[in-house]
Amino acid sequence: MKQKTLFIAAAAVLALAFLGATLLYKNDKAAPMAQPAAAPAVNLVRMHSPAIGRADAPVVIVEFFDPACETCSAFYPKVKQILAANPDRIRLVLRYAPFHNGSDKVVAILEAARKQDRFWQALEALLASQAQWSPNHTPQVDLVWKQLQGLGLNFEQLQFDLTAPEIASVIAQDLEDARTLNVTKTPEYFVNGRPLPSFGFAQLKKLVDDALATSAR
Amino acid sequence: MSTSPAASQNSTANAAWLLIFAAWLVATASMLGALFFGEIMDLSPCVLCWWQRICMFPLVVILPAGLFPLDLRVVRYALPLAAGGWLFALFHMLLMAGVIPEDLKPCTRGIPCSEKGIEWFGFVTIPLLSLLAFSAVIAFLFMAHSRSKQ
Repeated sequence: MKQKTLFIAAAAVLALAFLGATLLYKNDKAAPMAQPAAAPAVNLVRMHSPAIGRADAPVVIVEFFDPACETCSAFYPKVKQILAANPDRIRLVLRYAPFHNGSDKVVAILEAARKQDRFWQALEALLASQAQWSPNHTPQVDLVWKQLQGLGLNFEQLQFDLTAPEIASVIAQDLEDARTLNVTKTPEYFVNGRPLPSFGFAQLKKLVDDALATSAR
Repeated sequence: MSTSPAASQNSTANAAWLLIFAAWLVATASMLGALFFGEIMDLSPCVLCWWQRICMFPLVVILPAGLFPLDLRVVRYALPLAAGGWLFALFHMLLMAGVIPEDLKPCTRGIPCSEKGIEWFGFVTIPLLSLLAFSAVIAFLFMAHSRSKQ
């Protein structure tokens, strides 16, 4: 009987310690995270980064994404909605963070499609059909081609461009910047240089709304 | 001292119970610690951390099964897990310390095992904590085992 009491008491103490530490840590974390510092501009946007929206738009969203990342594909249409709701006021800059094994090859395909002015079409086709070419979160280049049919791409040229050194250096630069900016998960957003206080679409929306309000003043 | 055989057997069983209980305390504290690092502090566990978790977490469930009622055979069931975890922890520590060269790293590019999630007082790392915890579990279990043999 005494042993059971001891055991239950110990289990309760450990559980409470865990909860207490969790609450303390979250509280501690919340304070400095409320106003994260702006990221260095040089690492945020590179000359080579694909972007839509006016170059002089007051609000710039920088998104680090992985074409094989499920959350990225779920967020993409929502981000497009934000853009559509504020025409000419928001610019979206995409950066590559191919963290999935083999994603870098898919990024290379996107960049090769970009040489044929089909970047956004290819991106949207791949994000929409992600489950087909990335079964079990494993991107497979062989399955990608089928998803790009009908975009008017010259596949022979595409194959040739895949190995272009400038594409490899774009990916390397983006991964380097992701490291510098401490981007470890995708998607990661920076709105006018500010990272999300915590992950979520509501947080992104609020950050964008705040930036829009500030720029309107 | 004129203790009856029954009473001395009883105190031996009591000591063994407390030792296995102590091993359970260490295992549970380790599990909660690992969950805290992983889920609360968002330090993603690397592959080697997962192997150590695989060895540590079952102890939290297996040891109590031998506590109520006291069944010393639980030592035999728990020790292989603890020993395996101890080896993984040792390997992990050596890897992090740089004793084992880079190219032996069995981990993905995403979360290298040689990366230090935390470093307290300049030397306390997660694999060190893990190694200490597994050592304590093994020691307690051995003591419980030898007590019961007396």
